Amino acid sequence: MQNRTLEIGVGLFLLAGILALILLALRVSGLSASPSSDTYKLYANFDNIAGLTVRAKVTMAGVTIGKVTAIDLDRDTFTGRVTLQLEKRVDNLPVDSTASILTAGLLGEKYIGISVGGEDAVLKDGATIHDTQSALVLEDLIGKFLLNTVGKEAK
Amino acid sequence: MRKKSMLERIRRFGRSAIDVLAVLGRSFLFLLHSLVGRSGTGGGFQLLVRQLYSVGVLSLAIIVVSGVFIGMVLALQGFSILTKYGSEQAVGQMVALTLLRELGPVVTALLFAGRAGSALTAEIGNMKSTEQLSSLEMIGVDPLKYIVAPRLWAGFISLPLLALIFSVVGIWGGSWVAVDWLGVYEGSFWANMQNSVSFTDDVLNGVIKSLVFAFVVTWIAVFQGYDCEPTSEGISRATTKTVVYASLAVLGLDFILTALMFGDF
Amino acid sequence: MSVDNAYAVELKGVTFKRGSRSIFNNVDIRIPRGKVTGIMGPSGCGKTTLLRLMGAQLRPASGEVWVAGQNLPTLSRSDLFDARKQMGVLFQSGALFTDLDVFENVAFPLRVHTQLSDEMIRDIVLMKLQAVGLRGAIELMPDELSGGMKRRVALARAIALDPQILMYDEPFVGQDPIAMGVLVRLIRLLNDALGITSIVVSHDLAETASIADYIYVVGDGQVLGQGTPEELMGSDNPRIRQFMKGDPDGPVPFHFPAPDYRADLLGKR
Repeated sequence: MQNRTLEIGVGLFLLAGILALILLALRVSGLSASPSSDTYKLYANFDNIAGLTVRAKVTMAGVTIGKVTAIDLDRDTFTGRVTLQLEKRVDNLPVDSTASILTAGLLGEKYIGISVGGEDAVLKDGATIHDTQSALVLEDLIGKFLLNTVGKEAK
Repeated sequence: MRKKSMLERIRRFGRSAIDVLAVLGRSFLFLLHSLVGRSGTGGGFQLLVRQLYSVGVLSLAIIVVSGVFIGMVLALQGFSILTKYGSEQAVGQMVALTLLRELGPVVTALLFAGRAGSALTAEIGNMKSTEQLSSLEMIGVDPLKYIVAPRLWAGFISLPLLALIFSVVGIWGGSWVAVDWLGVYEGSFWANMQNSVSFTDDVLNGVIKSLVFAFVVTWIAVFQGYDCEPTSEGISRATTKTVVYASLAVLGLDFILTALMFGDF
Repeated sequence: MSVDNAYAVELKGVTFKRGSRSIFNNVDIRIPRGKVTGIMGPSGCGKTTLLRLMGAQLRPASGEVWVAGQNLPTLSRSDLFDARKQMGVLFQSGALFTDLDVFENVAFPLRVHTQLSDEMIRDIVLMKLQAVGLRGAIELMPDELSGGMKRRVALARAIALDPQILMYDEPFVGQDPIAMGVLVRLIRLLNDALGITSIVVSHDLAETASIADYIYVVGDGQVLGQGTPEELMGSDNPRIRQFMKGDPDGPVPFHFPAPDYRADLLGKR
């Protein structure tokens, strides 16, 4: 009957809409169902976070292992205090690991890379990474480069 | 003389302000009576299904076609700009963010206003001019519940779904142009997209936008039909008004919503 | 039940305004129960408005509208919808639901207001369609019907719930003589067979006079006269006489109010 095709049409339409939402969630935004209980927090203080944003990824050896959840200013040391949320499966970071702010490509997004240290003790939930390397600020770099060349020419 | 004309101008200004307020009041009451309270007649679900068909399913074709083309154009334009900076991998993230945050909800709402909104206005206006609404009233059936409410709900449900479908086919069209045609590496196309698109901030905010648009566009369309002058010019004027008002409302609201969602304040 | 049982509908001191223009001014109309009452008057005098007042689709500025013992303007929105179940209206255009076929159109009031089984509804619909002579047309869509047939289907729909009061809005306009004859006969027949109170709003003099038991003539926002068709024919009131005889000029002037013709032609341009 005519009613039947109509109902089938509506059913397909609703399904297509829901399917679209699922596709956007999984394929486009890369949402994975990982509850927050499987993560732990670390802090890191940087002299200059220069363009790092909340939700930036945290990588180790190029593999994403967490994300930045908060950025605020530490009142006492006047440094940028970054809260990292790392996956529980990476719970063996040595205490002297280094966190540095890196840039994907020349103009890409800022993210945090962690390089492993050598100590036996590991960072616990809520600990702070002391060894940090701030973002490379392009202006400083160019400034230094120019000074260098001027210096060389003077010789 | 001059003083009088000044006074007359102020009077006219006041008059039109009162008229606008009256229309707003009527439309709020209209919405309230349509959506709140007992329906009194059964078969509400059947009516909704029928309207979902004519409002949603029949708008699908135009949404899918325009979605594909807009995605393809975005990919082409994005590629030609990004390739100057050597970061053509970012074309995926650009297409996805543009579609999810802006073009998906907005363009869908505009197309919906033109396709389904004007049809709703004309249909209800026609029912009014052929006395079908009066006739329903005299049979003891509230036309707001029987005619208007299912159409409102159908619009509220359809538009967000259409916007989602629009975004998906748009991203698909973009990936087709970027990956298959322009030769962007497929892995970095999708990976860049997944890294930069957040489900809550981008996808869900887009859905919230299209929910707001759905509400406003359907409301305007149905109210214009119900409130129109029951003549052929009245109906055609109401149809035009629906498209104009709905489009303006969508664009204006889009600015406000974008400022609230992505403006960081 | 009613205030006065002899009357099905009573308008007491009804004033209705559209904007600041008053359409009716303190009008009293009483419609006798079980009779055919005609409401006549020149086009644009608000006859249809009167019908809408009786159906409470419009709210009077002041006055009372009593239908079947209820003062309609005082009822709540939902009580009003209940009260309307005992009224049937035949609209000028028929007002059939264009997306339903003839059968579903007539079945519509039964489906929304009763819990009857499908067979019962089918039987009732067939009976009502038989009464208007269109039982053979149940599968047609409204746009396949002629104007006269549309009105007959609408009539079948209006009587589907066996209303006490049936109102006809200009039933004779734009009908060919045969369709007109059929309608005249139907109105009389339904009135006598079902004991319905019928109200016919029309400006078609001959047809209305031929079926109405009692006639009200309205104009200028008030009741100009009332009585049986014969009484009105012999009325001395010049306005009623002009209307009943169809004279082009009289108390209702041929000319729309205008400045003096001579002055207008010769005056400055």
